[in-house]
Amino acid sequence: MKHILVARVENKPGVLNRVASLFRRRGFNIDSLTVGETEVPEISRMTIVVDASRTDATRVVHNLYKLVNVIAVEDISEQPSVVRDLVLLKVNADARTRPEIIQLTQVFRGKVVDVAPESLILELTGEEDKIRSFIEVMRPFGILEMVRTGIVAMTRGSSPNGHAVARGNGSVV
Amino acid sequence: MELTGAEILWECLLREGVEVVFGYPGGAILPTYDAMNFYPVRHVLVRHEQGAVHAADGYARASGRVGVAIATSGPGATNMVTGIATAMMDSSPIVCITGQVPTAAIGSDAFQETDVTGITLPITKHNYLVTDVHDLARVVKEAFYIARSGRQGPVLIDLPKDVQIARTEFVYPEGPVELPGYQPRTVIPPEDLERAVELINSARRPIILAGHGVLMSGAMRELREFAERGRIPVAQTLLGLGNFPASHPLCLGMMGMHGEAFVNQAIQEADLLLAFGMRFDDRVTGNVKTYAPKARKIHVDIDPSELNKNVRVEVGIVGDLKAVLLELLPHVEPVDRSAWLEQIDEWRDDTRRRDILNWDGGGKLWGAHVIHDLWRATEGNAIIVTDVGQHQMWEAQYYRHEHPFTLITSGGLGTMGFALPAGIGAKLARPDDEVWVVAGDGGFQMTQAELATAVQERVSIRIAIINNAYLGMVRQWQEFFYEKRYAATPLVNPDFCKLAAAYDIPASASPGGTRSSPPWRRPAKWTGPC
Repeated sequence: MKHILVARVENKPGVLNRVASLFRRRGFNIDSLTVGETEVPEISRMTIVVDASRTDATRVVHNLYKLVNVIAVEDISEQPSVVRDLVLLKVNADARTRPEIIQLTQVFRGKVVDVAPESLILELTGEEDKIRSFIEVMRPFGILEMVRTGIVAMTRGSSPNGHAVARGNGSVV
Repeated sequence: MELTGAEILWECLLREGVEVVFGYPGGAILPTYDAMNFYPVRHVLVRHEQGAVHAADGYARASGRVGVAIATSGPGATNMVTGIATAMMDSSPIVCITGQVPTAAIGSDAFQETDVTGITLPITKHNYLVTDVHDLARVVKEAFYIARSGRQGPVLIDLPKDVQIARTEFVYPEGPVELPGYQPRTVIPPEDLERAVELINSARRPIILAGHGVLMSGAMRELREFAERGRIPVAQTLLGLGNFPASHPLCLGMMGMHGEAFVNQAIQEADLLLAFGMRFDDRVTGNVKTYAPKARKIHVDIDPSELNKNVRVEVGIVGDLKAVLLELLPHVEPVDRSAWLEQIDEWRDDTRRRDILNWDGGGKLWGAHVIHDLWRATEGNAIIVTDVGQHQMWEAQYYRHEHPFTLITSGGLGTMGFALPAGIGAKLARPDDEVWVVAGDGGFQMTQAELATAVQERVSIRIAIINNAYLGMVRQWQEFFYEKRYAATPLVNPDFCKLAAAYDIPASASPGGTRSSPPWRRPAKWTGPC
């Protein structure tokens, strides 16, 4: 099972390094890590995906809390949430295959963002399953290049993530 | 008032109550050393920066206050690494201050530049690179707060030369430290307490595993009350020795790989383990799959990441041990556990019969006997600072620690060379106590240069070197697990008495023969009986 952790961290130099160093040091395997700014300029937000079959997500949470620059961590896997990943795909496309690729992209509600004589760049946003099946559909055409952002996530409803600090055993040391 | 960064640093150190710093000067930290002349702080000049950190560590462990070590950039900073890692593993509160090349030169591979915040990231509780003199006072205050609160540990401040020189209006940040991501206070969930009480009162063969956390939390009295009320025997970790009086009938002594057999036997047969401020280190558990299979486990620790890390537990309580014990105490019922205690005593008697102290020594001087004699000579009242190896384990077994904070040793990292500099720090922290450095001949030579520090600073420590001309602990493993192939363990040593003489330290050797008769009670200022 995949665990999605949302961490609010201080927006200071070296914080990403501290988090990455922690994962390396403790041997934590992570599927993806994204970081970006939030509604508050002093705070950045990280979305970390942990494969629980390889790494105990609770240990990741507790160790993240030990970092002084980490303000709050929440495991949102059990909560209803919006989970998104973005992929850019550069695929082989000539006059013959181009219409079919564009049509398939539309089925996935993706976008064609660059057209060249021999290739197309496609953009797709969605949950991981959708992205994966889109990649499989495109593979036969010949994928020249691929990049993914990694997962970002937010729980549904009005209460923001990571504002509930220090819940019982999640308290900070 | 406008001050330089260096002056602000000393102003802040004074406000933290710092009286002694251990250090070694160099180019990038010179402005700080220059300013030091104007502040009432004692500087202890070590002979190697590793010694400065161990001394600060020893000072912290003996006094319960934050120890401070200072070094220059580059090699000065990297020499500190072993000391910092030692303090990290044993949760010792120290603040290390390193010089750094000027901010404009950072990243250019300048002379004596090294990325010390990068290097020490995994071995500090937190670290800082100060690039703006306006941040300095706040950073120093935060560093001390982080080092001594929660699960204590080392914090490093890297201070570029230009920041030490830059001038600014000195405004000390009054009021509490504000760190949004650091709240070491915890709330103990009542349902966990309830469940713990239930397990404690229904246990028939419980045993307390008392660790370093008892000392760090100052929960010695609460532990004793808990054990006495519930009639529960207490086993100790290496770093926990002293947290419960060795002479107490419920005291079992040290557990684990180097503990007595009966202690481990009791743990294996127990139906409840009460782990108080310890972390189930592999030297304690051995194979975790076969560890205490019959026991349920209650684990109290201040660090949530320690719960269920090595051993799965039924109840994990995060919190300051003293506070947790105070919550639990009123609910502990006086259960009759005499059958269990008698069983343990039976095992204990069996162990005693095989005790080396009951041998006459066969004409040889045994390490255990030396420790036993030291214990008798000091009436168990000295602070013992040990190095790492066989002598360390003999000390743990045969010096019976009656009082808290009387054993200082590198447990987690197992750092050879720790004892001498840490002993210097301990003596400066508690000048009225007798401090004995007990080291093996191998570890002693790793930091023996600090003899000069002890002489120059007139630190009256006493030193016992247990000399068997071998790296004894490694040899022991080679004996048991490598068919006695003694690769690289025999040592050709200097004459330690002559070495002491070179430093003008009185010394004598006790070559063995019968029981040791070294001059334990020599009134000399510095003694170094070998």
